Amino acid sequence: MTVFIPRSLQEATDLIAEHPDAHLLTGGTDLMVEVNFNHRRPEKVISLGKIEELHQVTINDDHVIIGAAVPYAQMEKGELGESLPALAEAARTVGSPQIRAAGSLGGNLGTCSPAGDSLPVLSATNSLVHLTSAGGTRMVPFSEFMIGPKRNSRQPHEIITAVTVPRTCGWQGYAKVGTRNAMVISVASACVVFHDDELRIALGSVGPTIIRCTDTENWYQSLASKKSTGVSLEIGSRASQESRPIDDHRSTADYRRHAIKVLAQRLFERGMSK
Amino acid sequence: MSGHQNYTLNVNGTEHPVKDAWIGESLLYVLRERLGLPGSKGACEQGECGSCTVVIDGSAVCSCLVMAATAVDSQIATIEGLAEDGTLTDVQEAFITEGAVQCGFCTPGLVMAVHHLLESNDNPDEMTVKEALSGNICRCTGYGRIFAAVDAVIAQRQAGK
Repeated sequence: MTVFIPRSLQEATDLIAEHPDAHLLTGGTDLMVEVNFNHRRPEKVISLGKIEELHQVTINDDHVIIGAAVPYAQMEKGELGESLPALAEAARTVGSPQIRAAGSLGGNLGTCSPAGDSLPVLSATNSLVHLTSAGGTRMVPFSEFMIGPKRNSRQPHEIITAVTVPRTCGWQGYAKVGTRNAMVISVASACVVFHDDELRIALGSVGPTIIRCTDTENWYQSLASKKSTGVSLEIGSRASQESRPIDDHRSTADYRRHAIKVLAQRLFERGMSK
Repeated sequence: MSGHQNYTLNVNGTEHPVKDAWIGESLLYVLRERLGLPGSKGACEQGECGSCTVVIDGSAVCSCLVMAATAVDSQIATIEGLAEDGTLTDVQEAFITEGAVQCGFCTPGLVMAVHHLLESNDNPDEMTVKEALSGNICRCTGYGRIFAAVDAVIAQRQAGK
């Protein structure tokens, strides 16, 4: 096993071209748990934490570019948090302060767990994942990036370098259900984004990938009267029907369907009341 | 031996050579087993309990989740660096006087987290303190005495201004 610690993106893309089998490491909060428990023994590791380019944040009027190694702690508040309220809420629910000081979007996307806290937000905001190799950078919509549980479309010679998160015109929010407040892996999560007259809903932990509730979104779009009573209840039950949860050690499919119904309805109502 | 490497870690201002270490070793393991710094405690090994909390380049993190070999060229602060001359810090004193220590296993991590909090915020409110310590689990005290110790330090520091 060898650990490489590139100091620049150029050095990192050269290294991964030479070692496409290397495990990419950012904060370590996923990989080290597996190493500590002897579930994984990677032969080669490229540590990306000391690459300056991956720590950059650019806030523009219509979108924000967040470096793959920017820690969640930085997304919770300040200018970055204020520019992307749903991502700030999701970041705030990740682990504990110690985990949020280390964890990053690059790691969440690299691991690509259906329970990844930032992922419903990246889905509902139509975010783009930047994948960089020695040959250049390609931008992949999140919906095409996550292709299964812990599976994504990153090629072995590519590094996740940043995420472009479009800013939206309207309220956005995120909520998750777990067994306690701190240090909890989500049982079900949802992100609701209003963009002009468009509604977007993305669900986490209730399917093999993050689920975009396109049927619910289209149903809402077709409504003549979007503020009539009963719409929020219908949003909740339609979103719940679009979820595809399973029973596992963390919860049951039944409970998850119920949780999504409540989360989607509640977030929608919060948005409508603003 | 393959998969082993030499590197140097800067811990509490001192360069510590680490010789022939397996690369997968966590910083917690290296501190405790190779560098003779057993103050940071290992319990969950998955970042849930906070008893291994150290401060790296100004961020409080779980040392069990840091691959030690990647922490080169970083400033690592551990509990051993707080009272190097034998004089306890105000946080350590307050933990004793307020009875915030029972079995003591979580104490080093909590003391590191409290110091880290108070360095960036000298007068945090109750929720801020609870949030800052939410990654540190104590199974003895029920946290009341710990929060009392933090309050005592805040009061002392405010009075001493």
